[in-house]
Amino acid sequence: MYRYDEFDRAFLQDRNREFRAQVSRRLAGELTEDEFKPLRLMNGLYLQLHAYMLRIAVPYGAMTSRQLRQLGYIARRWDKGFGHWTTRQNIQFNWIKLIDVPDILEALAEVDMHAIQTSGNCIRNVTSDPFAGAAADEIEDPRIWAEVLRQWSTNHPEFTYLPRKFKFAVTGALQDRAAIAFHDIGIRILGGPNATKGFRIFVGGGQGRTPYVAQEMKAFLPQENLLSYLEAMLRVYNLHGRRDNIYKARIKILVNAIGVDEYRRQVEEEWQRIRAEGADLPAEEIDRIRAHFLAPDLAARPLDAAAFAKARSEDADFDRWVRRNVVAHKNPDYAIVSIAFKEPGRPPGDATADEMESVADAADRYSRGEVRVTYTQNLILPHVARADLIDLYEDLKSAGLAGGNTDLITDIIACPGLDYCNLANARSIPIAQAITERFADPQRAEDIGELRLNISGCINACGHHHAGHIGILGVDKKGTEHYQITLGGSAADNASVGTILGPSFPAEELPAAIENIVDTYLARRTGGETFLATYARVGANPFKEALYGTR
Amino acid sequence: MPNVITANRLEDGIVVYLGQSGNWTSDLTAARVANSGHDLEALEKIAGTAVAASHVVAVYAMDVDLSGGKPAPKSVREKIRAAHRQTFKDLTEIEIR
Repeated sequence: MYRYDEFDRAFLQDRNREFRAQVSRRLAGELTEDEFKPLRLMNGLYLQLHAYMLRIAVPYGAMTSRQLRQLGYIARRWDKGFGHWTTRQNIQFNWIKLIDVPDILEALAEVDMHAIQTSGNCIRNVTSDPFAGAAADEIEDPRIWAEVLRQWSTNHPEFTYLPRKFKFAVTGALQDRAAIAFHDIGIRILGGPNATKGFRIFVGGGQGRTPYVAQEMKAFLPQENLLSYLEAMLRVYNLHGRRDNIYKARIKILVNAIGVDEYRRQVEEEWQRIRAEGADLPAEEIDRIRAHFLAPDLAARPLDAAAFAKARSEDADFDRWVRRNVVAHKNPDYAIVSIAFKEPGRPPGDATADEMESVADAADRYSRGEVRVTYTQNLILPHVARADLIDLYEDLKSAGLAGGNTDLITDIIACPGLDYCNLANARSIPIAQAITERFADPQRAEDIGELRLNISGCINACGHHHAGHIGILGVDKKGTEHYQITLGGSAADNASVGTILGPSFPAEELPAAIENIVDTYLARRTGGETFLATYARVGANPFKEALYGTR
Repeated sequence: MPNVITANRLEDGIVVYLGQSGNWTSDLTAARVANSGHDLEALEKIAGTAVAASHVVAVYAMDVDLSGGKPAPKSVREKIRAAHRQTFKDLTEIEIR
């Protein structure tokens, strides 16, 4: 894990002192809301429907048990006892008082955390593979480069007032678990044994009202040139990105307006110029950061295979949990374990203070104190000895967190929706609850197989509905909540944007419509075909007919 | 169409409504109703003073239903705001429709 140095801590203390003074001035009436709003947004503080919402950065989704415990403390002391894991691997608290924010930021700084650049038209928290440093298919730990980007982009004077927000994702594994195709810039680490390491760079992906899958920008960028090249990409965007229309201001719009070839030409021209000026990070600085992410020294922990097999055969729930939530680690004695915050009926991604503390305890006991947040709104313990899986499962069961439904239909991504969000047209959470209750039988959910169902309460698409195998978008239809269904989206390696199936449904008809879609898939799938594979093979028509008949 | 003035309280963001005596209340049923454009202008003037004094933020007028004798929210959004609802512990407080 990266550890803050004196510079990081001093910077954070300065920023917190500055914001404490700004809050005081606002409360005293010395700043108007128009003057204060950009200042609070730079510190992750939104005003939502019911209260202020504070979005806290979890850099590349990685945190320590101590940090997670502190988030639990904040939830209990200053919120209503729970928080919400976001699709940017962050956490949001929905009931924060403005008068408490300076103290909350101080509590965060105690554990080297903050809320800086979780809002505003700047480079946001960099996201990455939640299995980083542990995945069996990893080429290089992406956290090294995500941390390089974090340091480069924090308070970057040139990129603090971009035309619009800017999102990076980095993956270092063969399988993309960071949805890089739906980011402004996606970075894929390339290389292998005896090969020069570098990056494949993608640009212009994103969701929102104009969804695009990112296009390839550069097939191979040497590692040492990462910052100069990204600086050139940001400069060209900063120069030409539209500032007259918020809906046309993202880099995806620029890249599609001028074409990726022309954008690349301008970037290359700028890059050649600034490379000579020494915009890249010195090798020793990269090495210094790399040293924070050395593989943990994991002791040999051979599994008693017979006892493990017996436990699985005697407990169907444990067996399912192992099948769904336990993933191969690069060390064969260890595993990566997913902790699901998606029990049927609960708001996706919400976590109570008690649950945060339980996971922090489990991380200390079984995963070297490391925890990750996924963009699918679950938590990960990255380094669990297989020999400890039975004990870990029992601990998670006691905490109510032993659901075995990773990547199944009940593992829904949902934004906070109209229950909290000022931008939303419709609620997401009750829809997720209704659908997960309909598919609550874990055996049935597993029989349906891998199926990503994502819900957004408005076209801004925080719930990633465009990338759902089944996507649900809340719309306002003459004052009532309606929901539009898309099929065929994916954030995986062959990323795609879902296609709208037909007219929207009122809320009460939606769960049955989803069941109808699932039944149509089950009737047509062959062999072990996933929903996405069946959809690719049979197309939208059988689903349209099932939902709308011949109308 | 009857209206009330709503806002968020500055110090904690809680949803409030302009009350009978120029106070701000979290209880919509205690809000002062404007039945005409003239009434609404008067309420907006009071609200403007509260904004200038940094008591409230994000002020706007909202339609209300008076059929039950007291102001009630009409849109889903305003029903949610008026209920001060949290999703995690009050799961069944509001039905889907």
